[in-house]
Amino acid sequence: MTDLIRDRTAIVGIGCTPFAKHLDGSEKRLACEAIVAALDDAGIDAAEVDAFASYTMEVTEEVEIAKSIGAGDVTFFSQVGYGGGGGCATIGHLAMAIATGQADVGVAWRARKRGSGGRPWASTVVQLPTPAQWTRPWGLLRPSDEIAMLTRRYFHEYGANRDHLANVALACRAHANRNPAAMMFDRPLTRDDYMAARWIAEPLCLYDNCLETDGALACVVVSAERARDCRRPPAYVHSVAQGLPRQHHTMVSYWSADPLEGPAHSCARRLWAGAEFGPADVKVAQIYDAFTTLVPLSLEGYGFCARGEGGPFTDDGAIELGGRLPVNTSGGGLSEAYVHGFNLILEGVRQMRGTSTAQVEGADTCLVTSGEGVPTSALLLRS
Amino acid sequence: MSDGILLPVVDDDGAPFWEGTLRGELRMQRCSECARFRFPPRPMCPWCHSTESEWPVLSGRATVWSFVVSHPPLLPAYAALAPYNTVVVALDEDPSLRVVGNLVSEPGAPINSVDPATIEIGAPVRVVFDRVSDEFALPRWVRV
Repeated sequence: MTDLIRDRTAIVGIGCTPFAKHLDGSEKRLACEAIVAALDDAGIDAAEVDAFASYTMEVTEEVEIAKSIGAGDVTFFSQVGYGGGGGCATIGHLAMAIATGQADVGVAWRARKRGSGGRPWASTVVQLPTPAQWTRPWGLLRPSDEIAMLTRRYFHEYGANRDHLANVALACRAHANRNPAAMMFDRPLTRDDYMAARWIAEPLCLYDNCLETDGALACVVVSAERARDCRRPPAYVHSVAQGLPRQHHTMVSYWSADPLEGPAHSCARRLWAGAEFGPADVKVAQIYDAFTTLVPLSLEGYGFCARGEGGPFTDDGAIELGGRLPVNTSGGGLSEAYVHGFNLILEGVRQMRGTSTAQVEGADTCLVTSGEGVPTSALLLRS
Repeated sequence: MSDGILLPVVDDDGAPFWEGTLRGELRMQRCSECARFRFPPRPMCPWCHSTESEWPVLSGRATVWSFVVSHPPLLPAYAALAPYNTVVVALDEDPSLRVVGNLVSEPGAPINSVDPATIEIGAPVRVVFDRVSDEFALPRWVRV
């Protein structure tokens, strides 16, 4: 296996705004604030920035960022598609650009006012012909409905149940309760609360769904050599991958041969092929959690357990701090903030630095995933 | 838009499906060269690359593959009917052909006409057509 990118770059700066149901300021301004904070964290001047990577469902373009922060001549810029599936790929694109000499200092970011802004599914002005024409008229309107359809089938095929989903909600909440930056920091959640919660899209209840958040976040990526001169311990980008499997239909992939074998599986094959270690060596994981169901599906996809075993894997505190694989240690999209998973990347970096509010002792590897159920991406970080 | 219900945005690939439902027919796209069905419709067969296809009428028989019961917040026309079900059914001719729809108690009944507690994966169903506007009939499903 070639090692063109393995450990050749590192995330050396992270920055973010507060997370809230409503923040003042435009998404553009919030983006600049997060990016400048990340550059300060790295100890790198904005004039050195020569690469940008973002992902779709982002309103702010790199040309606007660059002129506001005072970036240099930019020689790499990309945007990855499919919204929440693209977050990790932004780091991957920067890693590839820097490792191949296209640029030296890369910035990846996400800025979104989903808390105070509208719900994208509520817009009826733009209705894509496909695949929406085959789902929306009957009332399958929201991502929650789309994932609920897979969740019910998952229960049926593998005997998983609401307690398994509750395990995920409770673990994320417990971690958020340790994190002052989390929106749910001071809101504990019990299993009884979960079971009594109102339905959104049966079998998904309120607590199976992520938060609605305003926030912006950013990462700075440089070469491994340059990383040694930065202010913080580097979080090396060990392996990166994207995944758009054959015969995929994004969130409504009811038409593929095995709808419960999602993009995580094909992404994982590439991810592990580029790594020097395997799932058994991973001490902590940040797994995209727009919905609780995505966590057991991702645990299967990334090889932590067999197909259908993702539910039982979460039992007995296994994914909580102190368990065999703590997941979403800052609270995730379910309890810290929902910003299309970019907070999971920042938390992965903190785990590698040893600065997490739910620090896993001895964590020297971390998996970070982007959204399961859509064309996706993932990272392996190491310290 | 008909009473706020979302109507399909039809493209070249899907037009024959909607022409069929307007005539009370469940038609599916089949490659003219290799005879494999595909759904959603698309301009090329992913297996043999032919751009020729036909749209045979199917039996309209299927089984329930999965279902959801949706509660607010929803678009207004759907919130008025909540909680309602949506289903994915697998067609008898080829169980890899799956279609999103609703279970209704009888043809023309609303999408909240079936008690969700009685819906089961595996239940056999048959298609019925609901004329929702001048231009569209939506396939829905009743249990047999």
